[in-house]
Amino acid sequence: MKLNARVPGGPIQHKWEQHRFNMKLINPANKRRHHLVVVGTGLAGAAAAASLAELGYNVTNLCILDSPRRAHSIAAQGGINATKNYPNDGDSVWRLFYDTVKGGDYRSREANVYRLAELSSTIIDQCVAQGVPFAREYGGTLANRSFGGAQVSRTFYARGQTGQQLLLGAYGALMRQVDTGKVRLYPRREMLDLVLVDGKARGIVARNLLTGEIERYAGDAVILCTGGYGNVYYLSTNAVNCNVTAAWRCYRRGAYFANPCFTQIHPTCIPVAGEHQSKLTLMSESLRNDGRVWVPKEKGDSRPAPQIPEEDRDYFLERKYPAFGNLVPRDIASRSAKQVCDEGLGVGETGLSVYLDFADAIQRLGEEAIRDKYGNLFDMYERITGENPYQLPMRIYPAVHYTMGGLWVDYNLMSTIPGLHVLGEANFSDHGANRLGASALMQGLADGYFVIPYTIGDYLARTDLPEVSADSPEFEAISQEARQRLERLLSLKGSRTPRQFHRQLGHIMWEDVGMARNEKGLRHAMEAIRELRAQFWQDLKVPGSNDMLNKNLEMAGRIADYMELGELIARDALLRDESCGGHFREEHQTQEGEALRNDEDFAFAAAWEFTGVDQEPAIHKEHLDFEYVKLSQRSYE
Amino acid sequence: MAELLTLRLRVWRQESETAPGKLVDYHVDGISVDMSFLELLDVLNEQLIHKGDDPVEFDSDCREGICGTCGLVINGVAHGPLPGITCCQLHMRHFKDGDTITIEPWRSAAFPIIRDLVVDRDAFDRIIAAGGYVATNTGAAPDANALPIAKNDADLAMDASSCIGCGACVASCPNGSAALFVGAKISQYTFLPQGQPERRRRALRMVAQMDREGFGNCSNHAECEAVCPKDISISNIARMRREYLKASLLRE
Repeated sequence: MKLNARVPGGPIQHKWEQHRFNMKLINPANKRRHHLVVVGTGLAGAAAAASLAELGYNVTNLCILDSPRRAHSIAAQGGINATKNYPNDGDSVWRLFYDTVKGGDYRSREANVYRLAELSSTIIDQCVAQGVPFAREYGGTLANRSFGGAQVSRTFYARGQTGQQLLLGAYGALMRQVDTGKVRLYPRREMLDLVLVDGKARGIVARNLLTGEIERYAGDAVILCTGGYGNVYYLSTNAVNCNVTAAWRCYRRGAYFANPCFTQIHPTCIPVAGEHQSKLTLMSESLRNDGRVWVPKEKGDSRPAPQIPEEDRDYFLERKYPAFGNLVPRDIASRSAKQVCDEGLGVGETGLSVYLDFADAIQRLGEEAIRDKYGNLFDMYERITGENPYQLPMRIYPAVHYTMGGLWVDYNLMSTIPGLHVLGEANFSDHGANRLGASALMQGLADGYFVIPYTIGDYLARTDLPEVSADSPEFEAISQEARQRLERLLSLKGSRTPRQFHRQLGHIMWEDVGMARNEKGLRHAMEAIRELRAQFWQDLKVPGSNDMLNKNLEMAGRIADYMELGELIARDALLRDESCGGHFREEHQTQEGEALRNDEDFAFAAAWEFTGVDQEPAIHKEHLDFEYVKLSQRSYE
Repeated sequence: MAELLTLRLRVWRQESETAPGKLVDYHVDGISVDMSFLELLDVLNEQLIHKGDDPVEFDSDCREGICGTCGLVINGVAHGPLPGITCCQLHMRHFKDGDTITIEPWRSAAFPIIRDLVVDRDAFDRIIAAGGYVATNTGAAPDANALPIAKNDADLAMDASSCIGCGACVASCPNGSAALFVGAKISQYTFLPQGQPERRRRALRMVAQMDREGFGNCSNHAECEAVCPKDISISNIARMRREYLKASLLRE
């Protein structure tokens, strides 16, 4: 199948407007005859489910946790970008568009990014109308800050809990529709597969996590808002229930998976303390504004940090990147930290961390000033590590944070399966090879509030959708398959727990498909994952049964999919024989160790088509044109 | 090497809502002081699976104190001995070698036990559905700066809105009252101009739903405030009462 991104013609600033006019409408009386299945209740899912119900559609909404209010969008701290230009400092739609394309290292689709920038302002209006308590100035207007190295202050925030407040806004809108009866909400349900009828997505099967029952949900279209796949690395800043299963099942049914190797690693996380570690905690990268990153110059220097004199310290970011110093972009800071640790210079018990030292800042500004700025982060750090960062330098290490790759979608956010739409982090479209800070919340809400309500109508109006019953043979067959798979997982009765396999997979992924990748490592990873996958299906031990709340069974199903995804990530990273954004191939770097892009050969989105578990997937390339933002190599020296 | 602890855990085991439950003793050793409390349970569960026993079911998600999914009563205190945190943020360095730790689920008539330490908190969602929002449709919003809001009011709204809906307030209340949860949500919108049009209706409907769910009444024990991981103030309960009273008196 040839990829068709369906980007409308005309100048980029008129594309969305023109497209909205060209799209077909469904009249209000007919909307209530349509039934939509929305999977996920994070920013994208809750926004979509609520907005579609407001329009009059009947919506079925599934939630993997006990309440939509807990989706992992809630953990986003920093803020949400918008081009309001309230500070009068030169922001515009064009500038956010430009920054996002450039920040994504020229691997995103221009038209989608422009639309995102265009919609950003409306999102803030919408959230304020919902009563989201954004930070304000004394005069009563909204406050803004600069975030993630942006030169304009375009980030709106609600303390360090912006994601939480935006999610609670969307959750409120969703619950209002639950109250009206337009949304039927099903918590503690996990989507296990997609059901196609006549080649179109017509519903899903899901496991009721309390009873184990396989349930069927039919509709005229399926809207997937199931987040990213960072947990393939076992340790990440994702919540423990974040997983790829919904998206992966769609991939196996024919939706292409695009750019899986584009994963974002965040430099300022609290390091791993030991084998028991179950997740990693991110600290705002604003810490790098005042903290200095260093390691001892000598290997095995076991003196406590304050006793290591200046001349024995290597402030490696300041040394390598004198102009930007500790404020180099996320990927460069992360890679440099890994590099010094690989050289044996890392600190802490595991040797897998570097110092982030505030001693100079405290001396310069006083402890009070530092407490004002970072007090909550310092408290959080002390709570987790038991070390006081006012006295000892913090220890930090990079961790997987966000995945830019995801199911391939066209301009209408529809995948290669007709009727299957994919929103938020689960799709691939807007962030290219690297996401800018405070842009994830923006994308989730843009997709849910302002894109899908238009594009879904066009799909429904143009498509012949005969009534489909959840009792149809197609649903029956997929339900059977899902049940058999669960039974198989339970029947293996091997010796290793799901968590043990997950940890092993994560180790392979982190070592060979992590921050810095090379051909040898990637080939090794593919082989090692295939081997581990074979062991998984022989030696797995899942306790309990299918007819009860069984979190190990849930975990096992998700890990089974990671075992396939991991290989695809490595394969994608191998194909992309260039460095760009969060994807760093050691073979392609400048003398200073910066990513070296190859626009000639790799200005495309790699969309993979499933052909069978142990078969090589087929590659389809969407060529990316950069008509409005000129291709240029970034430099942070 | 970091210090390692040997502990005796007394864990509530219950197969289903209707099955009888009991405290079961487990012995764990080699527990690093750097572990979080939930990682302690992870370790216990790995041990149980290897022995062929059913693991202890408990809810958790973000494991950084913001999603409100986890909730355990640890030695009789919701979220454990430290103030202002959820149990996923509690680390083992706050326990001593040889300690016995009792771990129980939230207990409240309105939160039936599903299995072991997992409870059903759907009642909270139904209360929010009854009015915990501003009824505005997507697309109908004026410019975000069209309506100035005093910084102090925005801050007070944010204080109330930082509730994570974990249910510790209910679990710690001798009456099983949800007044802190409901009071916080009602308060958020009383501080904001967006919340005014539905102010009365919201208070009446949310309180009525709270009562229907079987939560008890508040009798000012303030246990809820003491265990709240987000330090939500009980002044929100007083505000809820005022809102409810005013709305009842002014009801058409």
